[in-house]
Amino acid sequence: MKTHTLKYDSTFEGLLTAVFTVYEERLSSVLIVEERFFEANFFSKVNEVFTDESKASRVWEGLKEFQQFRTSVYRSFLSELPDKEVYILDAIRYVLKTRNDKDYGQPSVLKLAQLTKQIGREKHRMKAFVRFKRTKDDVYVAIIEPDFNVLPLIARHFKNRYADQQFVIYDRKRNYGIFYDLNTVELIELDFDDAVLKEALHDEEMHYDKMWQDYFISTGIKSRINKKLHLRHVPKRYWKYLNEKNPL
Amino acid sequence: MNFERIREKLNILADAAKYDVSCSSSGSNRKNTTKGLGDSSGMGICHSYTEDGRCISLLKILLTNHCIFDCAYCVSRKSNDIKRAGFKIQEVVDLTINFYRRNYIEGLFLSSGIFSSPDYTMERLIEVAKKLRLEENFNGYIHLKSIPGCSDELMREAGLYADRLSINIEIPTVSGLKLLAPEKDHKDFIKPMEKVKNEIIQYQADKKLIKSTPVYAPAGQSTQMIVGATGESDKDIMYSAVHYYSTYKMKRVYYSGYVPVLQDERLPALGTEVPMLRENRLYQTDWLLRFYGFDVREILNNQHPNLDVDIDPKLSWALRNMHLFPVDVNKAEKRMLVRIPGLGMLSVNKILNARKYRKLNWENLKAIGIAMNRAKYFMVCDSKDWERKDLEPAHIKSMILQSSQSKYQKMYSNQLRLFN
Repeated sequence: MKTHTLKYDSTFEGLLTAVFTVYEERLSSVLIVEERFFEANFFSKVNEVFTDESKASRVWEGLKEFQQFRTSVYRSFLSELPDKEVYILDAIRYVLKTRNDKDYGQPSVLKLAQLTKQIGREKHRMKAFVRFKRTKDDVYVAIIEPDFNVLPLIARHFKNRYADQQFVIYDRKRNYGIFYDLNTVELIELDFDDAVLKEALHDEEMHYDKMWQDYFISTGIKSRINKKLHLRHVPKRYWKYLNEKNPL
Repeated sequence: MNFERIREKLNILADAAKYDVSCSSSGSNRKNTTKGLGDSSGMGICHSYTEDGRCISLLKILLTNHCIFDCAYCVSRKSNDIKRAGFKIQEVVDLTINFYRRNYIEGLFLSSGIFSSPDYTMERLIEVAKKLRLEENFNGYIHLKSIPGCSDELMREAGLYADRLSINIEIPTVSGLKLLAPEKDHKDFIKPMEKVKNEIIQYQADKKLIKSTPVYAPAGQSTQMIVGATGESDKDIMYSAVHYYSTYKMKRVYYSGYVPVLQDERLPALGTEVPMLRENRLYQTDWLLRFYGFDVREILNNQHPNLDVDIDPKLSWALRNMHLFPVDVNKAEKRMLVRIPGLGMLSVNKILNARKYRKLNWENLKAIGIAMNRAKYFMVCDSKDWERKDLEPAHIKSMILQSSQSKYQKMYSNQLRLFN
């Protein structure tokens, strides 16, 4: 049981502020936890962390020479693992003390590296598996349910690629999305209704949807069929929003 | 737009294009700087996978499957009685843009049957790419097929709009080509390759002097060979692959197991199994040559004109060269580490990294994730346990085969199956 508990607001800056607090108050036995998951107990002194940009950026700057590790910290944060803070704090402490961010013999450093790899894979998959549908007012809409919170990691990719097209990518699992209005990408929250979305689709949408399914079938070679390999590349949990697997 | 008609064409022309195996969409560097559509500056993306497990990255279609040639191995050959169709240039442009906007694809791979003349056909292909680039401001990936026998002038123009150009040599030997495609001249394949290679060199040189030189086929050129259509040996195939890599600076040579699509006494009968295992061994060899520092003559020569099917080419080479093993993983140079069977580039780099800190023993190697099944017979480490000094190559081979599972096993296993 840890003697101190720090609650933060689930933002990345909040987490970094909490790390700052650990150093500032020289807390040795401490648990950092998202406020929404916090459960009180009698033995631990509880502090609420007030997210502070300048404190957060001091931690971030302190890790500046470990670029790769910084990426790991951010991506591990996006993993939404319940005890991610434990690993993150432990790894940051170790790296700052030893000035070595590549010692994979250290369990937390290794854990962060593993999480980073998993999230990187999910990020790449989402770049591939997003499927837009065109609406009547010329916004292209896609729905996703990724294993990790990778939307912040793929926004730039889609903005660069579709610079001349308005689009929405909505994470239905986490209930938020990004909207690109030809200038900037903004975070949005919507009430998604499948029927409304279907109603709003452009008349041509059905045709392209159909042609993509046709293409998917005609480009396969029957005498080489290999379902196992197919499933390894396109796991079933992603089929829901892939129109070649799940037609309109 | 008549969607029904286009759908029909798409089915015919995608079906005819699928035997071209290249699906690469990486290696270009076309940034979206003008707020246009598309960006191919990153790595390639596979947007889906066919049920045979191959990546779908590009819209791979023929402009038309009408063809004046009668090459025996080709499904679109003149004498084959199949449905024919042809896209209008604008139709291909629209399909590409609409698929791209929905994030279905990375770009277009356009090939074609040859109608009226090679130049006429090539002009049409270029027209599609030009329209995409200039009218649609499209920065996605474009792979164009070079048409055998087309003029240098057109090849020069094609590279200005395409990211990759390719021409499929298809039959690895000149004699094989004579047999299966008597109307085609080997020289017609070589000429566009030569031109593209020279243009790439020229443009790269210019680029060093004048920064605003436009890009020319930034993802290079590639070719493809059919495997198992004629009686060529693996040596024939790999020696010509090496020739294309070195003489024409190919980015890739692809190997495509022949899928019997029509009855012809010069070809394997319909229903013959696709030589997927052989294809796999050829790709392994290709990798050994390009990344592992092997010379093709070490792997294939007059004594060994064909690759083993039951074991991979590196293991097969190692068993023939036991005097070079065991290799000490704590001391050996990288060049020798990569020659240990079972070790890939990733494993070798892990070893190089880890041995900086400590001398590695079997446990350390296991902990960093080195696969030991094959490798353990060919290396020593910081441990006394290495008792396999006197094993004969044949013995090692049988031990490795016994302890491994291959999805191809049924293709080469000649043991009797008494149980189950």
